[in-house]
Amino acid sequence: MENNNKVTLKINGIQVTVPAGSTILEAAKIAGINIPTLCHHPDLETSGVCRVCVVEVNKGRPLQAACVYKVAEDMEVETATPVVREARRLNLELILSRHPQDCLSCVRNQKCELQDLAESFHIEEISFPIKGKAYEKDDSNPSVVRDQEKCILCRRCIEACIQLQGVEALGVANRGADSTVGPFFNKPLQDVVCTFCGQCIHACPVGAIYEKDDTARFWEAVAAPNKHVVVQTAPAIRVGLAEEMGMGVGSLATGKMVTALRRLGVDRVFDTDFTADLTIIEEGSELVERVTGGGTLPMITSCSPGWIKFCEHYYPDLLDHLSTCKSPQQMFGALAKTYYAEKSGINPKDIFVVSIMPCTAKKFEATRPEMHDSGHQDVDVVLTTRELGRMLREVGVQFAELPEEEFDKPLGISTGAGAIFGATGGVMEAALRTAYVLVTGQELEEINLYDCRGLTGVKEAVVPVGDLEVKIAIAHGLANARKLMDMVRKGEADYHFIEIMACPGGCIGGGGQPVPTTMASRDKRIAAIYREDERMVLRKSHENEAVKALYDEFLGKPLGEKSHHLLHTKYIPREL
Amino acid sequence: MVTKVVEKFRTMKTPLLSILKELQKDQGYLTEEVLKEVAKELGLSPARVYGVATFYSLFSVTPKGKYIIRVCESAPCYINGTMNILEMLQDELKVDVGETTLDGLFTLELTSCLGVCGVAPAIMVNEEVYGNLDREKLSHLLSRCRGM
Repeated sequence: MENNNKVTLKINGIQVTVPAGSTILEAAKIAGINIPTLCHHPDLETSGVCRVCVVEVNKGRPLQAACVYKVAEDMEVETATPVVREARRLNLELILSRHPQDCLSCVRNQKCELQDLAESFHIEEISFPIKGKAYEKDDSNPSVVRDQEKCILCRRCIEACIQLQGVEALGVANRGADSTVGPFFNKPLQDVVCTFCGQCIHACPVGAIYEKDDTARFWEAVAAPNKHVVVQTAPAIRVGLAEEMGMGVGSLATGKMVTALRRLGVDRVFDTDFTADLTIIEEGSELVERVTGGGTLPMITSCSPGWIKFCEHYYPDLLDHLSTCKSPQQMFGALAKTYYAEKSGINPKDIFVVSIMPCTAKKFEATRPEMHDSGHQDVDVVLTTRELGRMLREVGVQFAELPEEEFDKPLGISTGAGAIFGATGGVMEAALRTAYVLVTGQELEEINLYDCRGLTGVKEAVVPVGDLEVKIAIAHGLANARKLMDMVRKGEADYHFIEIMACPGGCIGGGGQPVPTTMASRDKRIAAIYREDERMVLRKSHENEAVKALYDEFLGKPLGEKSHHLLHTKYIPREL
Repeated sequence: MVTKVVEKFRTMKTPLLSILKELQKDQGYLTEEVLKEVAKELGLSPARVYGVATFYSLFSVTPKGKYIIRVCESAPCYINGTMNILEMLQDELKVDVGETTLDGLFTLELTSCLGVCGVAPAIMVNEEVYGNLDREKLSHLLSRCRGM
């Protein structure tokens, strides 16, 4: 019997009861039956365009796409009849006939959903003439490359850009066989509103969108005898790299990561967590100054370059709300070529700063003209988790077998507060751990601030700090950020402090992280980040002795003149 | 201009098509600037507005001639000599299908059935339909368009 919430149907003769409103694909999964998909994505609403998941519904009717067709009471579904198999094969061959056959030299070789399907369908021959499309690659920007030649028109990148990021830089143009996926007037991404967040890379089932590869510049610097190569690793790399190297989603491998980088021949392995701690001191001080001195509130975090570019395009009127703090990556670059150069007696022009980032937008950030405060480009090259993985595989580093080594001092010393910058809510939690001391002079008793954590799109909390009830909000994914920013614009956001990270889940779900990145993998990586925090001896940024030494020896005081020059920045209103 | 047109249709449930149709009248095609402004006014992304403008064949995002000649390529016209008509036009205008003459006067296109199979082969020049075409009639028609 049907009740309001459940539907009973038969799939391949197996009776299954599933929640009403489920798709056939979801119902089949519950019944333990796998239906192949291509344009479907677990985190996105998709439109059933590829027709790879077709099934028979109540025999004799036209085939239906299982990923969008909803179940009904007493429905009978067949997922593997000759008709179904033939139709799927035909559809797949049609897609393959419009796709380059150069898998061996594709960035997604062995990580491609189309390739997987061709293998599991055992496609030996494509029955249609193979047609190229002769599109030009768009590699106009520092972050993301689009190769339309490989596009299979599944539209997942468009849906990710709309549903996760609220941007819609990409759309479908033209019609039928002439359809293309691309930006407004098929312009380069450089010339339209694109945040370079790279979430489209995770959405793409094939190799049509990927990070710009900068590994050659790394190898060149390592090989150059006069270059002193200094690496910083973002908080999210210690949970992304192990996964990229096949150790499973949510593996934590900080020590192995350090060893691996040394094996590649770099001179110093430092940590962005160090400048994350420094960010907390500067940004915490800025917040206290704004709250007590009548500055612009709410203050909003500025660590995420995709978020910054989004704000510059869509909310240029609200740029005063952004913390003037540079991101930890850029603080590191500026200090590596000043403080560290002085301390180590190395000419800053010989220092080559490499960032390992979970982020494609960081590549763009490093090239911003403001980021030259050391007198040189502060960060020379930014590599994603995937690029580092590629280099390690090329030279045969057996990652899982590596011993664990420690970061170099002093720019490799950090606390758990720096580590949690990699997850949504982490910057907020780290800031509150320190702001509490700055305001009350006392340490927080419970430093695990669970209200800040988790994958809820917009989180809010009120945290008592001395006499002040500090109101905070956290958003991750730019579509969620938009909700908060619209409130700020209308004057309806009476928060003191807002944390925004461009990517769903925060940096652990960044556009440079291992493929595939889904909500499920974001969740596991976040858990690993908090394990890293738990295992640290020090978990509050103001306890970082190396940061204290940096102020004593070099910077003076938080928000001081040197800090202002090296650690803070300005933002640029951009057009829509 | 854009604002005025958008305001005229704003209360419609799905105003975009009507707005684009009205705006195209001005220059005969939709420019980047116009589409961008429409997107801004309606709170849509430029990529989506561009998608709509390129989906429908009656919209154009590239400049079109003063006279758009659409040659019917349906079966009855085809049998009665569409290809001759098309060749004559290509020779005369020195353009291929989809192109516009250098003087900006003519754009040559193909169209599906115009519903006047009784007078095949037929073409449409802007909003007017012409049938029973031969070399002489066509030549006369082009001269008239050229103001000769």
